[in-house]
Amino acid sequence: MEIPYTVAERPDTGVNNVKLGIWLFLASEVMLFGGLFSTYVILRLGGTDWPLGSDILSVPIGTFNTAVLIGSSVTMVMAHASLKMNQFDQFKKYMGLTVLLALVFLTVKSYEYFDKISHGDLPSASTFLAIYWTMTALHGLHIIGGVVVNGYFWGPGSKMFHSRPEMFANRVEAAGLYWHFVDLVWIFLFPVLYLL
Amino acid sequence: MENVTTAEQVSHAEHGHDEHHELSFLQSYVFSLDHKVIGIQYAITAMLFLLLGFTLMMIMRWQLAFPYTPIPVIGGLLGQNNAQFIAPEFYNSLGAMHGTIMVFLGVVPLAVGGFGNYVLPLQIGAPDMAFPRLNMASYWTFFCGGVVMFASFFVPGGAANSGWTSYAPLSVIATEGQTWWLVGMIFLITSSLLGSVNFIVTTLQLRAPGLSFMRLPFFVWAQLVTSFLLLLAFPPLEAAGVMQLMDRVADTSFFMPAGLVTGDGPLEISGGGSPLLWQHLFWFLAHPEVYVLILPAMGIVAEVLANNTRKPLWGYRVLVASVIFLGFMSFIVWAHHMFMTGMGTTMSSFFQTTTMIISVPSVVILSALLISLYGGSIRYPVPMLFALAFLPMFAIGGLTGLPLGLTAPDLHFHDTYYVIGHFHYVVAPGTIFALFAGIYYWYPKATGRVMSELLGKIHFWGSFIAIQFVFTPMFITGLAGMNRRLYDGGLEYAHLQEVVGWNATMSYGAWTLGFFQIFFIFNFFWSIRNGKKVDDNPWKATTLEWQAPSPPPHGNFTSPPEVHRGPYEYSVPGADKDFTMQGEADPAKA
Amino acid sequence: MSGSHDDTQHHISAYRKVAGALAVLTVVTVLASYIEVGVALGIVLALIIATTKGSLVASVFMHLKDEKSLWLTGTLILTVVFWFVLMLIPIMGRMDNVGTYKPLPNANAVAHEAH
Repeated sequence: MEIPYTVAERPDTGVNNVKLGIWLFLASEVMLFGGLFSTYVILRLGGTDWPLGSDILSVPIGTFNTAVLIGSSVTMVMAHASLKMNQFDQFKKYMGLTVLLALVFLTVKSYEYFDKISHGDLPSASTFLAIYWTMTALHGLHIIGGVVVNGYFWGPGSKMFHSRPEMFANRVEAAGLYWHFVDLVWIFLFPVLYLL
Repeated sequence: MENVTTAEQVSHAEHGHDEHHELSFLQSYVFSLDHKVIGIQYAITAMLFLLLGFTLMMIMRWQLAFPYTPIPVIGGLLGQNNAQFIAPEFYNSLGAMHGTIMVFLGVVPLAVGGFGNYVLPLQIGAPDMAFPRLNMASYWTFFCGGVVMFASFFVPGGAANSGWTSYAPLSVIATEGQTWWLVGMIFLITSSLLGSVNFIVTTLQLRAPGLSFMRLPFFVWAQLVTSFLLLLAFPPLEAAGVMQLMDRVADTSFFMPAGLVTGDGPLEISGGGSPLLWQHLFWFLAHPEVYVLILPAMGIVAEVLANNTRKPLWGYRVLVASVIFLGFMSFIVWAHHMFMTGMGTTMSSFFQTTTMIISVPSVVILSALLISLYGGSIRYPVPMLFALAFLPMFAIGGLTGLPLGLTAPDLHFHDTYYVIGHFHYVVAPGTIFALFAGIYYWYPKATGRVMSELLGKIHFWGSFIAIQFVFTPMFITGLAGMNRRLYDGGLEYAHLQEVVGWNATMSYGAWTLGFFQIFFIFNFFWSIRNGKKVDDNPWKATTLEWQAPSPPPHGNFTSPPEVHRGPYEYSVPGADKDFTMQGEADPAKA
Repeated sequence: MSGSHDDTQHHISAYRKVAGALAVLTVVTVLASYIEVGVALGIVLALIIATTKGSLVASVFMHLKDEKSLWLTGTLILTVVFWFVLMLIPIMGRMDNVGTYKPLPNANAVAHEAH
């Protein structure tokens, strides 16, 4: 017996397994980052003093990275749309761009990290830096995970397009949902850490 | 369904059959993708950890019963520090690790990972879990977490010793074992998340044709709600675990207030953190976790009761509604563990109220199970004995919890043996007895043989009597004010002199309980080869798993099951036998 | 995969609009942070913009706008409810003092700079 509804929607629930699975995973991620945002608020409310993010972090660099990540989210939806229109070359182009932009984000983030380390702004220096490092590092790990998955679908995994195109599009959609979520987290992280 | 099998399906089936023969030993028993093998892996690992956790407690109980005397026989094996008597630091490690192992490595993996994995796909008529690879990854992540936890006993300073709750700031300045504890927890949480995604997708998506939600066995409902609890309550603790790890290895101050002074002088940290934050994030998981422990147990008991009373469960719809409501409410009661933290009367009143509310669905479930007995022609095989014992034991555990949920009495009870007695009545003679019921009940499905009745009855009666001697005295000592973490059992306190004698009683009870588990362990392994052979449905049960061969082959069912009726159609008037299986076609339509 | 070719074209034009909106809102949120409106109002403003951006991503890029599965949306609503419960933790210790004024820490920080 094959496992049913891996690609097709189940009529009474209206989803297929992969889509439901990735959304459930994202629900747990919402709670994971929720715990960290809650921590941010409690530490800030409890502190006697709290620095302005822009005094410690570089707003231009942060803005640039925000733009990069939003851009990669756009290329990701385009990659999925290309698959739905059966344009494999377009898919390759957009997926490649997505991975590339993610790598740009990581490079810029690493530069920021090294800059912080060289100024002695380690997590232990203050509560603000502690939450900054923890949240961005956890987010960075999610980016790395996304690069691995998207890179796989861009490279060796894309062979599946020729044998089972529907299943492949399905998986790319799931990878895309994850990637947009990572982008969404950054959309909140950026103002919270850099601007407020 | 059989008639419309397409050629493609046939070729797939044959393909699957061929694959089955090609699987190597590693593929079929170690890195298996089959939910039944993974379920058994979970169950065996979890039972080993239950034994380990129980052993730790039996060692602790020596120090409590006979303080400052050498442990006979095994005393020499515990290292030089403990040769004379158990060192205080080691005692703390034993306590912390007993709780951690029992909850996170024993009961939950057995109830959810073991029974959930093995029984749930069978009960809904699915060929496997929705994501078999994820399932395997979940088990091995759990296994790694277990290895890290176990290894932590051998690091300098021993295993974690700040209690299973790991309250900051104590845990942040504790020995290296705490770092291992946190890493282990991160593994275990990740494993739970992977598992719960899999369970929810499987339950919603892979139900056999005709198996609507109101035809699901109660066990499946319980597992579904449990999975949602794990999915949404565990991540905040993962975040908290990461932050405590940062506090320990990167010297941050998430949970560390400014101006903290230890025996070595002032701590050199930036400060500004909140110790209470850890408690909030910990209990945000750990209270739903209590329901993760109890809901699958209730599910097992419901199955066994319906089967052995030979009548439908009373109030199936009410049971389902209660279990959903219970799951929802369990997210907004956590701070009743924190009445003593001074969070203020407003919040205390709120959480006291929600705690009283959550007791209502628990009582509804218990009452429905109890009423289900009325008018049944009850059989008493071993699983039924354990299931019946669950009812009063869970009732004692639940009712003794009520005073703890009210702020005023909690001031007195907090952190005493009363609390220990309360939650152990819920978890030990409650959940663990239900898990024993499940093992005896589904053993024939997994092996094709039943476990020995005689050994099972010895195991049951011995355990049932011994366990009362362990936990009932705890209410007495707790009411007298004995603190739960005292190293010498209260020997040095004037107000406890009248009750310290109970410590020895409890210890003898615990060791007797341990002795009677030998019958179970022997029975479990002996029956694999020597148990009485039985057919596919030895208990004459109605749910789908009994329609599959014993043990079920790869892919579970010989023909795709189709469901025609509710889960508990026992003694239907006019039927030719006293059980009508879910997969049986309606004679009128046939 | 139910979407036809035309559907996808329709989606793509929506993606373009959202991409533009996200870019504009990113600029707006940075510019807004330079306006001196006080800490509390600044936080509210930044969170409103971030929430708008987040909703756009979730509804269009993640296709929640067209989601019909009750199980999926139900799960997400449940998640949001518990997320808010989680976000209540910081104010839980202060519930007895509702109504008493406590300046936000950042106000002090700005005041220090002014001196």
